[in-house]
Amino acid sequence: MEYRKSTILDLRKSLDNNEITGEQLFEEANKLAHNYQNINSFVTIIDKYNHRKSNSILDNIPYALKDNFSTRGILSTACSNILKDYVPVYDATVYKKLKDSGALLVGKTTLDELAMGGTGTTGNTGIVKNPWDETRAIGGSSAGSASCVALGITPFSIGSDTGDSIRKPAAYGGVVGFKPTYGLISRYGLFAFASSLDHVGCFTRSVLDAAIVTDIIKGYDHHDMTSLKSVGKLQDSINDEVKGRKLFYFKDVCDPNNYDKNDSELIEVLNKFNETIDKVKELGIIVEEVEFPKELLMALYPTYMAISCAEATSNNSNLTGIQFGPRGEGNSIEEIMFDARTKGFSEFIKRRFVLGSYILQKENQEKLFKNAQRVRRLVVDRMVELFKTYDGLIMPTSGTIAPHFEDSSDKLSDKYLILENHLVIGNFGGFPSISIPSGFVNKMPISINITGNQNNDGLVLNIANKIEEKLGYKGIIAGDDNV
Amino acid sequence: MYKVVIGLEVHCELKTNTKNFSRAKNEYTNIPNVNVATVDLGLPGILPVVNQEAVKKALKTAMALNCTNPDEVLFDRKNYYYPDLPKGYQITQVTKPMGINGSLKIVMNDYEKDILIHQLHLEEDTASLDHYSNYSLIDYNRSGIPLIEIVTEPCISNSEEAVKFLETLRNIFIYCGVSEADSKKGQMRCDVNISLMEENAKEFGTKVEMKNINSFSNVKEAIEYEIKRQTKVLESGNKVIQETRRFDDDTKQTYAMREKVDAVDYKYFIEPNMPPVKLTKEYLDEIRKEIPKLPYERYKTYIDEYQLSSYDANVLVKDKEIADYFEAIIANGINPKEACNWVTTVILGSLNKLEVSLEELFVTADMLSGIIKLIEQNKLSVGNAKKILYRSMDEKISPLTIIEKEHLSQIDDDEVLRKFVNEALDEHQDVVNQFKEGKDYVANYFVGQVMKKTKGQASPVKTLEIINEEIRKR
Repeated sequence: MEYRKSTILDLRKSLDNNEITGEQLFEEANKLAHNYQNINSFVTIIDKYNHRKSNSILDNIPYALKDNFSTRGILSTACSNILKDYVPVYDATVYKKLKDSGALLVGKTTLDELAMGGTGTTGNTGIVKNPWDETRAIGGSSAGSASCVALGITPFSIGSDTGDSIRKPAAYGGVVGFKPTYGLISRYGLFAFASSLDHVGCFTRSVLDAAIVTDIIKGYDHHDMTSLKSVGKLQDSINDEVKGRKLFYFKDVCDPNNYDKNDSELIEVLNKFNETIDKVKELGIIVEEVEFPKELLMALYPTYMAISCAEATSNNSNLTGIQFGPRGEGNSIEEIMFDARTKGFSEFIKRRFVLGSYILQKENQEKLFKNAQRVRRLVVDRMVELFKTYDGLIMPTSGTIAPHFEDSSDKLSDKYLILENHLVIGNFGGFPSISIPSGFVNKMPISINITGNQNNDGLVLNIANKIEEKLGYKGIIAGDDNV
Repeated sequence: MYKVVIGLEVHCELKTNTKNFSRAKNEYTNIPNVNVATVDLGLPGILPVVNQEAVKKALKTAMALNCTNPDEVLFDRKNYYYPDLPKGYQITQVTKPMGINGSLKIVMNDYEKDILIHQLHLEEDTASLDHYSNYSLIDYNRSGIPLIEIVTEPCISNSEEAVKFLETLRNIFIYCGVSEADSKKGQMRCDVNISLMEENAKEFGTKVEMKNINSFSNVKEAIEYEIKRQTKVLESGNKVIQETRRFDDDTKQTYAMREKVDAVDYKYFIEPNMPPVKLTKEYLDEIRKEIPKLPYERYKTYIDEYQLSSYDANVLVKDKEIADYFEAIIANGINPKEACNWVTTVILGSLNKLEVSLEELFVTADMLSGIIKLIEQNKLSVGNAKKILYRSMDEKISPLTIIEKEHLSQIDDDEVLRKFVNEALDEHQDVVNQFKEGKDYVANYFVGQVMKKTKGQASPVKTLEIINEEIRKR
C-alpha cells in the first residue's frame, strides 16, 4: 500500500487487516505535511496523534481542515491578521463529527483571507502553490485543502464553498471537490462569509470517498436552523444504473466557435469537454445543449458579488478586537475598533466590506441588494425548471487550467466571464455540485462539474461516480511522479 | 398653549428559560458573565437558533394588544458597531414584526382612550457596559436576552396618559405571563418621542427623542420638563431642534446628546441564518387560547355585572393575582360586593402589612369563601371572622380549624341564647324597668351582656330578637 495514492477505502482495508496502524498513518501524513511546506498547504500542522476510537469508516483516517472552522484549543485564523492569535473555545459541528468518528486531524489549511477570494494567494501566511506546477496557483479559497489532497498528504480534507471555493481549486488541483445541498452539512463553527451562500464540503481523490465523507459529516444540527434532517446514505446509490439519465449544458458557453481561435488553451479545454460529453453518452446518459438566457449568465458574477459582499460586511462586524483578536489603539472606543479593523484586514478585504456596506445603504439597497436577490431568484427558478427535465447540469468546471501567479487575480474581467463564474449557480440555489478530474491540458489537470437539484445529492454522486469510472482519472496525484 | 404629541417605544425583557438565540440562561443575576454562550459573545462561526418560547410570548403579547400577526416569523439584522453589541449587528424585526396596527385602551379618571400600537417586534438585548474613569467593563449576561419592543403611534397627549399607558401595558405583560416587567431590574425601559404643535396646526412639530428612561415616574417628569422647555423655546420664537436628549435622574432635567437621530443608516437586511417559519392558524389559535381575560374586560364586568364602583374595580384588576382571587371567591357563590369588601380590606391590607405577595398569603380564596359563607349563615360574626383570618395568616392554620379548636362558631341556637338572655335580664332588673318605661334602646345593652357571656359568639341579630321576646314577657 502506498499511503499517498490511497483512497479512504484503501486505507480502511489496510487498517482493518492490521497491515498498518492509525499512529503510523498519522506519522506518515505529518511527515508529508512537513516535507511539502513549500506548497504552503497548512497554517497549523498537528504533531501529536490524538485519536478518539470509533467504529466509523473514517476511524484512524488522516484529514485536513480549512482554517476557517472553529477548533477548540487549536489556532483558527481564517488566514487573517485580525484572527492571527485566535484560539476558539468551541468546536465546529463538522470538526466534532469527524473527531467523534475517529478521523485524525493532520492540520488546519491555508485559505484566501476570510475565504474571500479565488486565488489562494491572499492569506496572511503567504501564497499556496499548485503541486502540479509550482509557478501556478491552485485557486481558492480552499487552497490548502485542495493542495493537501492533490499531494496525497491526506486522502480527504474539508473546505467551504461560497462561490466556487471548493470546486474551482479541486479542478486546478486535479481532485474531486463536492459541496452538497445547502443545509445538508451544518455550518455551525464555519466562520461566516456569506451565510446564504456558504456551504461546507470536501476534497477527495474519488467520488465514492466524497460520498463516504459527506455521509459522516451531514445531518441535522440543533445549532444550525438551516440544517436539514438527515436523508439516507449517499453511498448507497453510488453504483446505480445511469442509463437514460439526462444532463444538459449551456449551449453558447461551451461552443469553441464562440471564442477567440488563438486562445489555444481554452479551445483545447472546450474540445476536451466535448470529448468527455461523448464518453458520458457512451454510458447511456442523454446529454443535450440548452439555451440559458445570456443576460442571466452575464449577471452571475455581479449578483454574487453584491450578495456576498453585503452579507460579508455584516458577518464580519464581530471582528473589532473587543471580544477577541488584537486590541486596537485609540482614545475612544470607536477609534480602538477602527484601528483594529484597519490593521487587521488586507486592502482586498476592506474593498469588499466597503462594497458590501455601500450595497446595503438605504438609498442603494433596492437597486443593488434587492435586485441582486431577484436575479438570484430568476436564475434558481430557471434551473429548477430545467431540473424537471434533466438530472443535472454538466459543464467544464473552468475554462482554463490553473493560472500562473502573475495572471492570478480577483479583478473582474470580460474574458470567459461565464465559464469562470457559472459554479456560483450551485450556491445561489443550494444545489449539490461536484467537480471531478476529466483529463489534462498542458500537463495540468482539467475538470468537469455536475450540478443537480436540491436534495438530489445521491444522484449527483451516482452520475459523477459513473463518469469518473468511464474517464479513468480517479486517484490522480500531484507531486513526485507527475503524469 | 401648544398641543403635545407623544409617542412611546417600550422595551420589555421576556421571561423565558433561555436567551432569544442561544441556550444560555435568561436569568437576572448580579454576578457578571455567568449566563453566556458562544452565540452571545459573537464568536466566529456562531449561528442564532430562535427560542420558540420567546416567539410564542411575543405573538401572545401582540394578540393581547389587538395587533395583526404576520404570516411567517422572520428576522432582520440591524447593523452597527458598539462594544455592547458583540456580533456587530442586532437581530430584530423590521420586515415582518410579530404584530402591527394594534391598540390598548387606557382608563383615565373621567375618560377612556385607545392608544394605537404601531408595531410590536421581537429582538435581542445588548450586553451591559459599566464605565469607570479610564476603562469600561462588559457584562454579557444581558447579551441576547429576548426583548419585545412596542412602538405606539404619536397619539398620547400628556404625561398622565403616558404613565397610564405604561401601567396598563405592564399589566398586560403580567396578565399574559410574558414578563415580570420589573423596571428596577431594567426589564422594562422606555424611549419617549415628544413634539409640540400649534392648536390648529396640520403638521407635527419637531420631534425630540429621550432614550432609555427606566421608571414610570421619570417618564412623567421627563415629559413635563420637555413640555415646559419646548414651550419656552417656541414662545421665544425659536425652533425646537431635532435631537436625542438624555433625562437626568438627579436634576430631573433633559440634556442634549446628539442631533438628527434619523441620520443613522442601520443597513437592515433579512437574517439569512433563520429560514422563515410559516405561522399556521392552529398554532396562533393555540396561543390565543392561553391569553387570560385581560384587565379592561374584567374591569367592565366588575362594573356592569357586579355593580362595583370604578374605584374598586380598578383596585381589583390592577393585579392579576388579586383579580383571579376575587373571581375565585365569586365562583364559590359569594356575592360580588361582599367579596370585593373582604378582598379590598382584609386581604389587601394584610398584603401591605405582612409585605407578602398574594401567592405567599396563607389564606386562599376558598378559605375566605368558607368564612364569608359562615357569616352569611349567621354562624360567625364579622368581628370574629376578621380575628380568625388574621390568626390564620399568622399561624398558618386553616380558619376552619381555628373555629373548631376555639369554639368560635357563632351561637344561633334559640334555646342556648334564650338561657343567656334570661340570665342577663335577671341580673339587671333596673334596666328591664327602663325598657318598660319606653326606652327601647336599652335592649342593646343586653346584647352587649350576652356577648360578654358568650365570648362574642352569640349571633347579634338573633340575640336582639330573643331579648325583645323575653323582655316583653316580664
